Amino acid sequence: MRANLFGGWVNALATVTIAVLVATVASKLAHWAVIDAVWSAPPGSSGPCRAARGVGACWALIGEKYRFMLFATYPYDEHWRPALACAIIVLLYLATALYRHRLCWLAALWGAGFAAVAILMWGGIFDLPLVGQERWGGLPVTLLLATVGIGTALPLGILLALGRRADELPLIRLVCACYIELIRAMPLVSLLFMASFVLPLFMPAGVSIDKLLRAQVAFTMFAAAYMAEVIRGGLQGVGHGQVEAATALGLGYWRTHALIVLPQALRSVIPALVNTAIAMLKNTSLVLIIGLFDFLNAAKATIVDPAWQGFGLEMFISISLVYFVICFSLSKYSQRLEGQLGQAARH
Amino acid sequence: MRVRMRGTTGLRAWAWQALALACLAAAVWWLASNALANLEARRINSGFDFLQRPAAMPIGESVIAYRPGDSNLRAIVVGLLNTLLVSALGIALATPLGVAIGIARLSRNWLLARLASGYVEYVRNVPLLAHLFLLYILMQGLPSLRAAWSIGNVMFLSNRGLVVPALAVDGPWWPVVVAIAVAFVTSWGLHHHADRAQVRTGRRPPVLPWGIVLSIGGVALALAIVGTRISFGIPRLDGLNFAGGWTLSPELTTLVVGLSLYAGAFIAEIVRGGILAISPGQWEAGYALGLERRRVLRLIVLPQALRLIVPPTTNQYLDLAKSSSLAIAIGYPDLVAVINSIITDTGQAIEAVAMIIAAFLMLNLGIAALMNWWNARIAPAGWR
Repeated sequence: MRANLFGGWVNALATVTIAVLVATVASKLAHWAVIDAVWSAPPGSSGPCRAARGVGACWALIGEKYRFMLFATYPYDEHWRPALACAIIVLLYLATALYRHRLCWLAALWGAGFAAVAILMWGGIFDLPLVGQERWGGLPVTLLLATVGIGTALPLGILLALGRRADELPLIRLVCACYIELIRAMPLVSLLFMASFVLPLFMPAGVSIDKLLRAQVAFTMFAAAYMAEVIRGGLQGVGHGQVEAATALGLGYWRTHALIVLPQALRSVIPALVNTAIAMLKNTSLVLIIGLFDFLNAAKATIVDPAWQGFGLEMFISISLVYFVICFSLSKYSQRLEGQLGQAARH
Repeated sequence: MRVRMRGTTGLRAWAWQALALACLAAAVWWLASNALANLEARRINSGFDFLQRPAAMPIGESVIAYRPGDSNLRAIVVGLLNTLLVSALGIALATPLGVAIGIARLSRNWLLARLASGYVEYVRNVPLLAHLFLLYILMQGLPSLRAAWSIGNVMFLSNRGLVVPALAVDGPWWPVVVAIAVAFVTSWGLHHHADRAQVRTGRRPPVLPWGIVLSIGGVALALAIVGTRISFGIPRLDGLNFAGGWTLSPELTTLVVGLSLYAGAFIAEIVRGGILAISPGQWEAGYALGLERRRVLRLIVLPQALRLIVPPTTNQYLDLAKSSSLAIAIGYPDLVAVINSIITDTGQAIEAVAMIIAAFLMLNLGIAALMNWWNARIAPAGWR
């Protein structure tokens, strides 16, 4: 440790400079964020926060507004429903991480879990009042957009990747390659614009698709192109011998791929797929540009309230930390998986 | 060898493909006929006539002159130039930042390495949009113009944006561009000539002095002929505003800083990965030659790592250019923001969105071509 920090005078100087800088910033931050911060305020009053303006952070804002941040315009008395839905989604992810080898069991669990989430969010049966999609918002929208988007993009991405590698079908290959490259060349924002402005024009008269669903379609299309490229990398890594052996056994194209090639290809790209999933989760925040209330936009809307204007810093720091906790744990999980898979490959 | 799909030989393969294409064509035809009916019902024009019609919206900042009432096309060009500006500034700042942080992560100094890795982990795991909003709020919390933070007395940061020194051109600017282009082409020719001379005679004629003379002399000559004056403007507070220099609006500053901090974290990981991939033997060989760690890194490891670093960094540049479209969220008039207001104005969403896609396709192809060219140059002989 001493050699690390103080080996040579340049190194020692750097250490001291950085230490002093870090200490200064940390002490200022500690004063602002902890010691002088306002942790609670009487309901509906921003008085104590205004008094501490510029000296301490106003965390009371979060206590006052957390319901809107988390669930936005969902009917207030029904907030337990999206809360439960979010908990179910998080539990589903945990179960997948813990028991990732028991595929059938997991598929059944996801099916049941999503049925429960749908019933909770929409309602309309079991004495739950119906809540239209236009009133959904906050964390459940972010989680649903990401989860449904990744879930639907994965099979689509597999098909696109297979199509792009189908040498015997040049036309199909061309269509798949064009789709993938075109989507990857444009910003997600323009795809969301397309979903928001152009898609309604392409629907028959009288058919109107809900905004959330349109964003979901754009999101799936976007994610599929990126997933396809990751999966293509995995497909390229499967040795020719595997395919030849399968052909020798008399397996056709689909069974060769379903039973032999894809299991190996997908297994080798799981970490890359998790990284793509993290990127997609972060990308869900872009739906605020077409006016949907995801987690970030709900938070942004809370500081429009005149009483709480000017406390955006605290709001965005809290939001960033929530995103950070979710994405950081996912990326740590992906790194661990990578290590495990690497070890398995070496045995 | 790949497996053949059952019945993918000859005629049947084409039959399947024809069927798939027919389905695709039918879907496209159905969508198009819906669109035509909808456009008629809503009385929306089609075609690109709207480009010539006057644009209503004001645009806060632009590289070329613009005022409401100019054509929509000019507004789009203004937006496109703003997008290019943000992408270029972002790339120019993200690259050194990424390289520095990537190297810092590998530093033997524990404190520096931890600090750099903390930065990378935090920045990469939070959405760019959240970073942008946070930075924008911080920007608004800066002192006012009068009490602007001075950076070395040449740059000033305040809640009204960043003021940086800039070249002020008084008169026509195109001769400068022409002179620089001429100097560039001639230097390139000289360089080739020197290569050939070196092969022939074993001695390399001097190129650099001539190149410098050509560039400076050429520009000076061009300026003297057309009478343009160029001065290096250092901003100074003059009453209520800054005189001289170039003022970047708070939105532009936020966008450029946010994009480069974000892309920098990703580039740092690429740089770190590239350096780690160079075998330890190269380091050891460098030490054995008596080189210090810093010189081994600069002379032996980095040139080799660069080959691994350039392709993924190209992807980061492309991502940065695409992410510049988040400008719309903080109110900077980039291409997407401008086209968004044109859509609201004219309702011609199909044409307008097609223009966004075309523009980004060109931008992507341009960056990719440039980086591929460079990549081919740094590859060792035989890799090409």
